[in-house]
Order: sequence, then structure tokens, then C-alpha cells
Amino acid sequence: MITIEALHKKFGETPVLKGVDLRVERGEVICLIGPSGSGKSTLLRCINGLERYDDGIVEVLGTPVDRDKKSIHEIRTQVSMVFQRFNLFPHRSVLENVMEGPLHVQKRPLAQVREEAQALLDKVGLGHRGDAYPQQLSGGQQQRVAIARALAMKPKAILFDEPTSALDPELVGEVLKVMRNLAAEGMTMVVVTHEMGFAREVADKVCFLHDGRLVESGPPEQVLGAPEHPRTREFLRRILDSGDAP
Amino acid sequence: MSFDTIASYMPLLLQGALVTVQVTALSFVISTLLGLLLALMTVSKVAPVALAGRSIVNVIRGLPIIVQLFYIYFVLPEFGIDLTAFQAGVIGLGVAYSAYQAENFRAGIEAIDPGQVEAAESLGMKSAKVMRRVVLPQALRIALPPYGNTLVMMLKDSSLVSTITVAEMTRQGQLIAASTFDNLTVYTLVALLYLALSLPLTFMLRRVEKRFAIGGKR
Ligand SMILES: Nc1ncnc2c1ncn2[C@@H]1O[C@H](COP(=O)(O)OP(=O)(O)OP(=O)(O)O)[C@@H](O)[C@H]1O
Ligand SMILES: [Mg+2]
Repeated sequence: MITIEALHKKFGETPVLKGVDLRVERGEVICLIGPSGSGKSTLLRCINGLERYDDGIVEVLGTPVDRDKKSIHEIRTQVSMVFQRFNLFPHRSVLENVMEGPLHVQKRPLAQVREEAQALLDKVGLGHRGDAYPQQLSGGQQQRVAIARALAMKPKAILFDEPTSALDPELVGEVLKVMRNLAAEGMTMVVVTHEMGFAREVADKVCFLHDGRLVESGPPEQVLGAPEHPRTREFLRRILDSGDAP
Repeated sequence: MSFDTIASYMPLLLQGALVTVQVTALSFVISTLLGLLLALMTVSKVAPVALAGRSIVNVIRGLPIIVQLFYIYFVLPEFGIDLTAFQAGVIGLGVAYSAYQAENFRAGIEAIDPGQVEAAESLGMKSAKVMRRVVLPQALRIALPPYGNTLVMMLKDSSLVSTITVAEMTRQGQLIAASTFDNLTVYTLVALLYLALSLPLTFMLRRVEKRFAIGGKR
């Protein structure tokens, strides 16, 4: 579904992605891990064209991703994104946030869109907060609304960029639970995360990114349980020491 | 300053007040539309468009309003563009203030978190729709307080069009004072009438601001 080959990206003179290859199949959950600054966000943002890249191939469902081409809008309706800091629209109610894409981009009929949006809010446990404004919700609630907003597009895949990193520890669980359910329903997901427990339990594949290269990829029990690469081992040891993992 | 003299001045002054309100309202509309256009130009990603927008704003801001009014009223006829004093006043004031409006709007647009644009783009919105549905609604709320201040300033600065013979309130006062020499009464009345317009306006604007603040009651 998503194909990335020999992806290179520089910010000015600084190379950030140095030849990344990654394939995401339908229904797969891929967790991207790696130290800060290794290029995880940049890689993710290349997939839906929020970032330009310099060289290599990025394709979604066979269409090359190019943020300067018209096709990008279609690609973005098929690949939704959930951000670390939620980025809900503060001037619209929770329900309106969820309805925004289907109603104003996909131009689907209002009655149907409203019904689906309400069902999605129910699904993430916020069916009763549709009239609230984002800033009246907790971070965990806002992130669940953001997930509902992403789902409302009926995407083929969802990209998550550290969806729980901006949350207070006690709110992380409620968001991960929603994501677990999505994975169980077969949603294709690429998740940048530091939640090793989530990765171990949910991911089909864990990819460790270091300094712009994917140094190790494989099933979670291999990459997280018996990492081959010294960089991976060092990274996991540091994460465990800092108490991030359950 | 007898009641009779005041009563005899009032009809003309009130006529003038009506023109003042008309000039202010019309030039406010022009300055808003033109200001919005210039603001959108200055934040454009197309470099020549942004440069053109910035240049126009800088030229307009660099000129005294009176000079702009004189130019439109006295110079444009030489190029075959004849405007009545009222039209010239409305257009001149509207253009002159569009630069300040543009700066207000631009500041509002630039205050929006880039994450908002990314979220909108991620929903597949094209840039015009991102602007219309996500950036502008938030930017205009931010720009509302300076926008209201601009309206009050324009109400006062509409007196400048008296210099090109538009019969608004200040001009009517000048005419009455010139024929009666009753400067004290006339200009006191003019001042009070401006306050009678500007103070309620200011009060009303504060309420509108509160109402439209993000997260406020709608
Ligand atoms: N817009 C930008 N301009 C210049 N440099 C950037 C930009 N965005 C990211 N970078 C740089 O690119 C590198 C990779 O950034 P990226 O955000 O992809 O890392 P990350 O793995 O997501 O890190 P984190 O865990 O901190 O989110 C970093 O060195 C960062 O400083
Ligand atoms: Mg990141």
C-alpha cells in the first residue's frame, strides 16, 4: 500500500533521511522507533506530502507522492494523519472537527456525515462531547477526537506521529486503547512511538531508525526482544533506564 | 452659547454627522476588502505576489492621508477620472487605511499555529480552502481588536475629507463658524457630536470582541 525506496531528504545542507526503504502492506501495523532527531517525523511526513523529499520513491497505492502535484489531495484523503499536539481546529466544535473533512473536502451529504461523525465519537468514547470545543477537553480526549477526525475520511491508512507524547501519563492509556482497537479492526497504521509496550503487543513490524537510516526492522519480538544491531540495543537500554517502557 | 443658537446650528451639523457616518462606513468596507486582499498577497508563497503586496502596503503607509486625498480628487481628473468629492473621499480614506488593515490581518494570519495548516492539508484541503476554513476564521478573531480600533480611528480621520470639500461634520462646523464667528459653540458641538458617535461605538466593539473570542460564547 505504501512503498518507500531509497528515500533521501535534506534540510538545507543537513541530510536527515539517507536512503530509507520501507513497505507497508494493507492491514499492517508498523511502529517506527528511534532516538530524537533520527528522522522519524520527517519520514512519516514524506508519506502524505507534508514534507518534500530530494531523491527516491514514495508511493501510496501506486501513486507517487509529490506535494506540488494535484494528486496529493487525493492521496491525503486516503492517508490520514494524527499529530503529537492534536492540531484540532479550536474554532469548531468537536463534532464539526470530525465532520470537516468528509463534509468540506469529500463533499458527502450532511445527514450521512453527521451520523457517521457521531458514531465515530461514540467509538472513541466521546459521543457525549460533540458540542464541546477542543480547548474544553483533556489532552487524551482531544487526541481521541483527532483520531475520530482522521477516521472520518475513511482512510486506507493512518499515520501517527508520537500520538501520546504530549499527554500526561495517566491519559496515555485511553488513546492507546483506541489505537489497539483500530489495529484489531485491520486498519493500516504507521506509528511513531516511544511506547514499547504498545509496539510489542500491536505491531506487525518494528523499524528502528537511527541517523536517517533504518538500521533494523522485523517482528517486535526480534527487534525489541533480541536486537541484532548495537545501536538498537543501546537505544532500548536507554529507553528502559528512563522508565518509559511498561 | 444660547439654546437658540445651538438649535440653529444643529440641523447642518446633524446633516454633516450623517455624511461622516456614510464616509466612515463606506471607506471602512473598502479598506477591509482591499486590506484583506493585500494581506493575502503578502502571505502568498508566490514570491512576486508577496513582493507586490508588501510594496503596495509600504507605499500607501508612506504617504500622508491628505496627500492621497488630494491626489485622487485633484490629480486623477487630469487623467480623465472624474470623481465627486464624496467618492474621492471614500476611496481615498479606504485606500489609505487598507494598508493598516492589511497589517492587522497579516499579523492575525501569521499568529496561527502551522500545525493548523498541516492538519487542514492532511484532510486533503487545497490551499484556498485551508485559508478560508481554517486560517482566516482564526486569524480574523485575533485581528478583531485592532480591527475595531481601526474603525474608531477612521471615524475620526473621516474629518480629513473636509479638506476636499466633502460636507461632513467637521466641514459643516467650519462653514458655520466662518459665517457666525461663534467658534466656541460650534467646535464644542462638533467635538461632542464626535464623542457621541465614537464612545458608543467603542463600547459596542468591546462587546463584539468578547463575543467572538475563541472559546467564548457564540
Ligand atoms: N523544518 C525543518 N528545518 C530544518 N531542520 C529540520 C526541520 N524539521 C526537522 N529538522 C531536523 O531534521 C532532523 C530530523 O527531525 P525529525 O523531526 O524527523 O526527527 P524525529 O526522529 O521525529 O525526532 P523527535 O523524536 O524529536 O520527534 C532533526 O535533526 C531536526 O532538527
Ligand atoms: Mg518527531
